Amino acid sequence: MSGRVLLFMLIWPFAALAQGFAGLGTDAEGFAVPQPDPTFDFPADHGPHPEYRIEWWYLTANLEGPDGTPYGLQWTLFRSALAPGEDEGWESPQVWFAHAAVTTPEAHFATERFARGGIGVAGVEAAPFRAWIDEWAMEGPDFDTLSLTAQGPDFGYDMEMRAEGPLVFQGDAGFSVKSAEGQASYYYSQPFYRIEGSLDLPEGAVEVTGSAWLDREWSSQPLSENQSGWDWFSLSFDSGDKLMGFQLRQRDGTQYSASTWIGADGATVAYPDGAFVAEPLAESAVAGRDVPTRWQVRLPDRDVDVEVEALNPQSWMPLTIPYWEGPVTVTGSHAGVGYLEMTGYE
Amino acid sequence: MALLSHWRRNPLQLFAFLAGLALATALWSGVQAINAEARASYDAAAATLGEGQFDQIVPGAGDRIAQADFVTLRRAGWLVSPVIEGRLGDVRVLGFDPLSSPAGFGVGQGDPGAFLEQGQLFANAETAALLDVDLSVVIDPGIAPGIAVGDIGVVQRLLGRDDLSRLLVQPVQPMERPALEDVVPGLRLQAASQTADVGELTDSFHLNLTAFGLLSFAVGLFIVYSTIGLAFEQRRGVVRTLRALGVPLPRLVVLMLVEVLVLALLGAGLGVVLGYVVAAALLPDVAVTLRGLYGAEVAGTLQFRVSWWGSGLAIAVLGALAAAGVRLWQIARMPLLASARPRAWAMTSGRAQNVQGGLALLLLGTAVVLVWVGQGLVAGFALLGCFLIGAALALPLVVRPVLERAESVATTPVARWFWADTRQQLPGLSLALMALLLAISANIGVATMVSSFRMTFVSFLDQRLAPELYVGAASAAQAEAIEAGMTAQGADVLPLLTVETQVAGQPAQLFGVRVGPTYRTSWVFLDHATNAWDEVAAGQAVVTNEQLARRAGLWVGDTVSVASDVMLPIAAVVADYGNPRGQVIIGETLFRDLHPEVSPRQFGLRTDDPGALREVLRRDLTVPESAIIDQQALKAFSLEVFERTFTVTAALNVLTLAVAGFAMLMSLLTLADLRVPQLAPVWALGLTRRRIGQLELLRTVVFAVVTCLFALPVGLGLAWVLLAIINVEAFGWRLPMFLFPADYARLGVYAVLAAIAAAAWPAWRLMRTPPNALLKVFAHER
Amino acid sequence: MTDPVLRLERVEKSFGTADGVVPVLRGVSLTLDGGETLALTGESGSGKSTLLHIAGGLEAADAGVVRVAGHDLTAMSDTARAALRANDVAVVFQQFNLIPSLRVADNIAFQARLAGRVDQGLIDRLVARLGLAEQMRKYPEALSGGQQQRVAIARAIAARPKLLLADEPTGNLDEATSAEVLDALLALVAETGAGLMLVTHSPAIAARMDRRLHLSAGRVA
Repeated sequence: MSGRVLLFMLIWPFAALAQGFAGLGTDAEGFAVPQPDPTFDFPADHGPHPEYRIEWWYLTANLEGPDGTPYGLQWTLFRSALAPGEDEGWESPQVWFAHAAVTTPEAHFATERFARGGIGVAGVEAAPFRAWIDEWAMEGPDFDTLSLTAQGPDFGYDMEMRAEGPLVFQGDAGFSVKSAEGQASYYYSQPFYRIEGSLDLPEGAVEVTGSAWLDREWSSQPLSENQSGWDWFSLSFDSGDKLMGFQLRQRDGTQYSASTWIGADGATVAYPDGAFVAEPLAESAVAGRDVPTRWQVRLPDRDVDVEVEALNPQSWMPLTIPYWEGPVTVTGSHAGVGYLEMTGYE
Repeated sequence: MALLSHWRRNPLQLFAFLAGLALATALWSGVQAINAEARASYDAAAATLGEGQFDQIVPGAGDRIAQADFVTLRRAGWLVSPVIEGRLGDVRVLGFDPLSSPAGFGVGQGDPGAFLEQGQLFANAETAALLDVDLSVVIDPGIAPGIAVGDIGVVQRLLGRDDLSRLLVQPVQPMERPALEDVVPGLRLQAASQTADVGELTDSFHLNLTAFGLLSFAVGLFIVYSTIGLAFEQRRGVVRTLRALGVPLPRLVVLMLVEVLVLALLGAGLGVVLGYVVAAALLPDVAVTLRGLYGAEVAGTLQFRVSWWGSGLAIAVLGALAAAGVRLWQIARMPLLASARPRAWAMTSGRAQNVQGGLALLLLGTAVVLVWVGQGLVAGFALLGCFLIGAALALPLVVRPVLERAESVATTPVARWFWADTRQQLPGLSLALMALLLAISANIGVATMVSSFRMTFVSFLDQRLAPELYVGAASAAQAEAIEAGMTAQGADVLPLLTVETQVAGQPAQLFGVRVGPTYRTSWVFLDHATNAWDEVAAGQAVVTNEQLARRAGLWVGDTVSVASDVMLPIAAVVADYGNPRGQVIIGETLFRDLHPEVSPRQFGLRTDDPGALREVLRRDLTVPESAIIDQQALKAFSLEVFERTFTVTAALNVLTLAVAGFAMLMSLLTLADLRVPQLAPVWALGLTRRRIGQLELLRTVVFAVVTCLFALPVGLGLAWVLLAIINVEAFGWRLPMFLFPADYARLGVYAVLAAIAAAAWPAWRLMRTPPNALLKVFAHER
Repeated sequence: MTDPVLRLERVEKSFGTADGVVPVLRGVSLTLDGGETLALTGESGSGKSTLLHIAGGLEAADAGVVRVAGHDLTAMSDTARAALRANDVAVVFQQFNLIPSLRVADNIAFQARLAGRVDQGLIDRLVARLGLAEQMRKYPEALSGGQQQRVAIARAIAARPKLLLADEPTGNLDEATSAEVLDALLALVAETGAGLMLVTHSPAIAARMDRRLHLSAGRVA
């Protein structure tokens, strides 16, 4: 999900100016920089890391209604620091914002929130776990047992989640490299949530169940300058195995890709650049542009050769920073569901 | 070349063309520049304050909201954004949170990250100069005058506060929110647009200016039209010759169009520069007027905005082209062999007269209808326009019979000729005379309005400003101390309680007053029921000001709701000049019942010894000097506001008269060449040139006098419209009309003098015309 | 003996032009008695119009003596000259004789009224003789060229001038109209006993005058 680094760095133009590189531990503005071979400290690391520039708690869920209708759900809290560290009251350099969305086969609802840190309107606490902005919250006694709520002007949801597997570390034991030049982030996931609850839609409430995938990532580095956007896949196969794969599109037409195979038991295998291949099969006109909404996805090392198709091609997030994010169905060598995120399609 | 040489040979016409256009453009673009500047200030104010367009959550009492209430509201799903407001010296400081605010507060294109990170204040250059803070102040011309804006945290620190003033409510809210009183019981929701919109209030003032600008422009266009008319008329010969030589007509027309265009651009460009000068000279007065009358802040410096100089150029060029177009069309239709002789004078055909008369009647009729059925300021100005233009069109039709009558009773041949010739001059001069009529009537009308206003206003001030001292209290505690202290000093204390509210759908101020002898004796009602003050004191009735009564269509005896469950009859309507807002006055007891949270912040003090009282206030009650105003100072200030209000109008008035005089001069000068063939026979028959010149002068005086006489009723009609209709629509009050015959007489003398001044030179030139030039009229070659 | 209505002695006149001072009249002398008619002919630029203007008090001579009806014009003020024009002289030009703002009736009576001797009977006869009865209430603009000249002649004679000056009075008219207007003019002059000096190009018209004077380069030939 590293592409999101670029996405949210772009919100603050000044931040994108800071071209810090790994090696010294901090960049030019004093932000900490991810280092290889990380040691995580839980539950503390579920909480914020204000010395890093950007961080998120990113949850997507594939759901099903009582009549079998598929739905998708997104809940994301971002932290973006104007300066490293934390301070009291309005002096806090931490800025929080959040996105929430619900996708049905016919409709897509999305909304966003912004808040300043330091005064209590938004924040994250590690134990007991509590991530909130305004009345939205993801909270519970611990990271494995969470309730989730969010609402917009025309939709909302209240969900309960329970983790049925271990945390999964992406990249090299949680150190995820994003470019040939070495930009990287800390990145772990909890892809094994069972989730149930109710969606509040214009036509009424819908009881749903399904699976959810939570990504935790923090970093201080923007993407490489020659990267224009990314396509990110989180796929859950019927077998219980999962695949996270992304490719960063580079301006010269090539891609930088990375992927992690997650076994049903939580064992992971990370694959280097080039192992994971995603090629567009069909595009849809979305929000005045063409966005690929059907993909050929291959990971030959695992004999994966599937077609990934958007549940609703119009899963556009028309927010301050617009992007495409929505549930997908997977057919081919492996069947299943998943989430697809695409940015940089102008 | 043959065409261009015309202007070289007639420098006077060239001058008239350029000067007329420049004057027209100058007044128009000057006025537009002032309007544009003021509007920019309002826009900045609207953008900076952004109050009107969003619902707000405000404290039920006091002016503070705890920051915790803001957090609680957000956590409950109320999407609100904090605003803190305070004063630093003369500057109003506003803090807001750029992340959550629905309003931009006028801060320019800078990114919000920089805004909240840098710890800076933003203000325009004038305001920045007034700020004495330890912060860097970023100059942002988009921020309203008198206001500094900063991040909420920065402003809290600056003001030494940790609370908020109010919360802006985002227009889009999530699906489910608990009721406000369940979340934060002490706060209340105030719907959008309760605060009066400055732009709306000042519209009338700007419409006023625009009307003057248009009037001046019309007069200037008269000049251009007659100049172009003459120039083209005189060039019929050249055109005929060129066409005979084989120059195709379309080419000629295009050539002449290009020529007019170039000259028009030249004149208009000159006018824009002049307009800048006019606007720059008038703007400070306008700024004071708007601040005094409406509390609207306008920047005192003029910016070169494309909106006004562009419109000035465009309207001038279009005007010139329109004027030329008529003539070009005539030339294009002129048969090749038509006489090259300029038509010395044209008898307006009966048909044209009928059309003009019909149009005048139609416009005047429309004006009468508008008096009855018109509503709103625009209708008021439409009425004004119809009336004035109708009167102007009617002028020649009124003057003609007068001249015919004079001719018929004249006995000597010279007198008969004089009147006949005067009558025949009418078509050629009627545009200039209409301009003069408009200028004189505008002067009469505006002078009547201003003088009536002044008389009313001064006596109003004398009545209303009865207390010898006025004191402002900074806090509720100080208010109590002042009231107790002053009562102990033996002063009659008149507390003034006030809240912003809505009455009869109008934003209004609700006042609570302590009814006593001061109110009973010094307030003059426009209309009242018996025992009005007793009823008010008993909480049984209210007094409203005229503005509110007229806007809401209420009068004495009607009932208004002053609170959700309190309906009271109107016991009296009081005149309230110099204030655009609605006011409702209730007794102190009732007010304190309705708004227990409000403490008086202003006191009027009746005393025999203001000096001693002032000393006690300062020394014992630590009231700052700036919070104590004595009656004299207040009267002086009010009068100054009043004077400034009409400075601009008066200046424009004088300019309009000057332009009308210039129009007269130019018409006479351009007609002078045409006059020679008309006068040569009279000269040949035995009148000296001197005599003829004197008669020419006399003729102009006759025209001016007749026009003045006609302008008097028109001007008085105008004054009536201004006082009884425009004022009511614009300000909400109706003024009694007084007549000022001495002023009118003086104005008449000025107008005649202006006409004489305009006619003197052409007459003098005529007296100096060599016989030779006169004889050429009769010669074979012309 | 009575003075001649017009006596010119060695009249000189020059005009300043771009090419310097150009002499127009170089010592012209002539006399004209009441009831007498004189044709003044000559090339264009020979000075005949200027001579007529000087005789009418419209322009002043540079040198020489100009006497009209016994008054010496040489020393006259502008005002006196104007009075002379009003009282003793009438001029009919080739065109634009009429006051455009006055009706035909007022035009005809204008000079007579100015001179203070309105003879309504004479005017009525003039109007009838010149066939202007239909035109009396019209403005000059509405008249044809011939009609305008007739009005000018009527006005000139109605004032009973001692000296009648005419500068190509029929120059703008066609031949038939011209002859008609000239007939009327001569008949009326004879009736009132005025002296007539008439400038013309036409030998036929000149032939109808009592005397003919030919100007050439500012001198009597």
